[in-house]
Amino acid sequence: MILECCDLERSFGGLRALKGVTLGIEKGEIFGLVGPNGSGKTTIVNSITGFYPPDSGKILFEGKDITGIRPHDVARLGIARTFQNLALFRGMSVLDNIMMGRHIHMRPSALASLFYWVWAERDEIRQRELVEDTIDFLQLQDVRDLPIEVVPLGLQKRIELARALVSEPRLLILDEPMAGMNQEEKEYMARFILDAREERGLTVLLIEHHMDVVAALCDRMTVLSYGEQIADGKPAEALSNPRVIEAYLGTKRRHAA
Amino acid sequence: MRPDANTAEVIDVGGDGAALDPAAVPRVDAGLDAGTLVSLLAQNAKTHGATVAVRERDRGIWREFTWSDVLSEVLAFAAALDAMGFRSGDGLLVIGDNRPRLYFGMLSAAALRGYPAPVYPDVPPDDLEYYAGNSRARFALAEDQEQVDKLLELRSRAKLPEVIVYDDPRGLANYTEPGLLSWEDLIRKGKERLAREPGLSDDLINRAKPTDAAVLLHSSGTTGKPKGVVLQHRRVIAAARNAEAADYFRAGDELMAYLPMAWVGDFVFTVSSGIALRFTINIPERQETVLHNLREVAPTVYFASPRSWDAMLTHVQVGIAESTWLKRRLYNWFMPLAIELERERLAGRTPGLFSRIAYAIGDVLIYAPLRDYLGLSRAKRAYTAGEAIGEDTFLFFRALGLDLKQFYGQTENCALTAAQSSGEVKLNTVGKPLPGVEVKIDDNGEILIRADSVFDGFLNDEAATQKSLAGGWLHTGDAGYMDDDGHLVVLGRVGEVVYTKGGERYIPTYIENRLKFSQYIKDAAIIGAGRDYLTALVCIDMNAVGHWAEVNGVTYTSYAELSQRPEVYKLISGVVRHVNELLPAALAIRKFVNLPKEFDPDDGEVTRTRKLRRNVIDERYAPIITALYDGFETVEHESLITYETGATGTLKRRLAIYELK
Repeated sequence: MILECCDLERSFGGLRALKGVTLGIEKGEIFGLVGPNGSGKTTIVNSITGFYPPDSGKILFEGKDITGIRPHDVARLGIARTFQNLALFRGMSVLDNIMMGRHIHMRPSALASLFYWVWAERDEIRQRELVEDTIDFLQLQDVRDLPIEVVPLGLQKRIELARALVSEPRLLILDEPMAGMNQEEKEYMARFILDAREERGLTVLLIEHHMDVVAALCDRMTVLSYGEQIADGKPAEALSNPRVIEAYLGTKRRHAA
Repeated sequence: MRPDANTAEVIDVGGDGAALDPAAVPRVDAGLDAGTLVSLLAQNAKTHGATVAVRERDRGIWREFTWSDVLSEVLAFAAALDAMGFRSGDGLLVIGDNRPRLYFGMLSAAALRGYPAPVYPDVPPDDLEYYAGNSRARFALAEDQEQVDKLLELRSRAKLPEVIVYDDPRGLANYTEPGLLSWEDLIRKGKERLAREPGLSDDLINRAKPTDAAVLLHSSGTTGKPKGVVLQHRRVIAAARNAEAADYFRAGDELMAYLPMAWVGDFVFTVSSGIALRFTINIPERQETVLHNLREVAPTVYFASPRSWDAMLTHVQVGIAESTWLKRRLYNWFMPLAIELERERLAGRTPGLFSRIAYAIGDVLIYAPLRDYLGLSRAKRAYTAGEAIGEDTFLFFRALGLDLKQFYGQTENCALTAAQSSGEVKLNTVGKPLPGVEVKIDDNGEILIRADSVFDGFLNDEAATQKSLAGGWLHTGDAGYMDDDGHLVVLGRVGEVVYTKGGERYIPTYIENRLKFSQYIKDAAIIGAGRDYLTALVCIDMNAVGHWAEVNGVTYTSYAELSQRPEVYKLISGVVRHVNELLPAALAIRKFVNLPKEFDPDDGEVTRTRKLRRNVIDERYAPIITALYDGFETVEHESLITYETGATGTLKRRLAIYELK
């Protein structure tokens, strides 16, 4: 069990965004987190990554209690995420944006940086190699040097994924990585997620709206509705659960004939 | 060297299968002492072992292979293939974009006297199956997972290839199929074997003979099934030597290898000339980064198709339009001057002193920076071929100070038959035959070739070989003539010469190319054989017309809708009218239709090299063609569309017919 969330509760004023959610993700799994808008998916992610600590409940990462730890410390522990509404740095090149993901692994001392050519250069080259490996993996070579503003949205999502990957996480949290993408871009992204797991032995927590994607990619999933866990298990089982159908399509009515 | 080709008496070439007469072929023993690409490679490794032979941009860095590195990889892979049972006459399918290892693998297969058979990376499955069967491809070399998937699919249908070797292991870790091996593993095994068996290296270097295949290429097949063209070592080496003799290539040139590996030009330039003339071969990171990498490399010799030159010109024009006021002014003043100067020069006049001084200033201010921006600052020799290049584009780049020249050739003659030479460039000719190449025109106006670089036959097709090489001359199937200065003019395919009902003779491609010189027309098909007058099916260029529509406030949602806008019809009619002015009145295009989709290789309307498949077009657009001649003003059209998933659908529309008054 790489990540366990026990009985998470979180309220924003009078709104109970999470009502006792419990989930466990096995190492190497692609775990889907699904639910209609406002069902609390992103709140769970924000709890895990320390943006909004839960009001009650416990979060264990690799057996260690990380409840309430601050975001940058969570990143150091080996959890990386992408954002639903892109959070890339404008005014920087694609390459520099991806390099930011290496930030947590860089330990430049003032002295080493001062004598760059003697000490810091070798480390910088090693970091760049790791980044280039990911650029090659995600096929971003042709946009490498472009400013982030001119890159199409579908590619920006991929760049965010690249930035998350270069931090060499053990758990990758993807918050709607395919929002606003066309079919071809979705297929690319799905392929990259599968390859990332295969090649880097990642565990992935995937938040997604596109049911076809979730059903095709995820090993197991949890469905949320209004902060409540309404189904768990393999995609086929979870998605055929009447409560899930109801949450998505409204109450089923019987038609004559 | 070359007997007076244009006045040489025309020998009887009797089309109906006249037997190949060896006595008539002076070249029959030619090149037997020329060695093979493998032995030349070994020689390079010996004399220039530490010189860079190949550069590949990988992970953002240019990585270099010296001639010794190349030889060692080629031998190691050959040793491993040999150990796995690759025998003389076996085929090695090579599929992917340009990668050093794919080139090395081709040489390894050639060293083992097999058939290295490169195929286009986007080859349709049926064609791939045909190539695999024709070349008995028990082995295949694939660039990456995508290509491996294709080969595995092929194996499930055709039992071939038994062994698939891949270059890039990404995504293949969990594949458990038998016979799937990584390049690195094989190289390791090959190197171990070479270390164990001391005589093996020499054996591999000397095993192939000059008369063995250096490569097996499949002709694009504008008509019928593709044919396998076998090019022997001595032929491809002769082609490189001829090109050198014409100062077309020079020893030590820097070359960018980015054109499809399955195209004869890439093999002759990159591999055979690359080895015979010791080029430095530069391989871009990806197809998408070619222009970017071009600037880093600044090759000394550069080849691009007419379409790429057009695209580059558009790139410059767009860049200038978005540039600063000063740069625009400089460009708009100096560029027309240079083009005018170039026109004068081509007409054989010496420009005045003032123009020459102005050109020298312009060179510092704008021409040289532009050349540098395009990555062509060192490209003293630039080439184009494949189809006619537009006059505007041609003049532009020549005016910019590039010695852009056209050449002419075919797969069967290692791509190099005739070429324009510096100082002797004429707009409508492809130049004189290269040294070592004889060209003759027969009674039907067909271009015949005799040279050491001409191939020796199609694989598994004796009848076609006999026909193609009847009388010891290569029958190109191209129609043309020699002009008064001994320059070759190519009109089109002999089989394409057609007659209207009134007996007017014309070649559709020739007219279509004139239409396509307009930026607004991407493709066109001329109809008129046996009819009273000519008509055209037109595919507009989405980018150019789309931009025009934007500027002129014409709204549209799709290609199909844009093509049917009356404003667009008016625009295209202007282009057609202009072309009509250049044609004899009897060959004027009287009506045309804008098609609701582009011609697409996936739909079979054009080949991968974008040549029209007329039979497909005639069949698919038969109702439109009928309507064009029946006096209708519109026509209902259903087009068949193949989606990327392989599913098919139909698109139904009413198309307008435009009549030029």
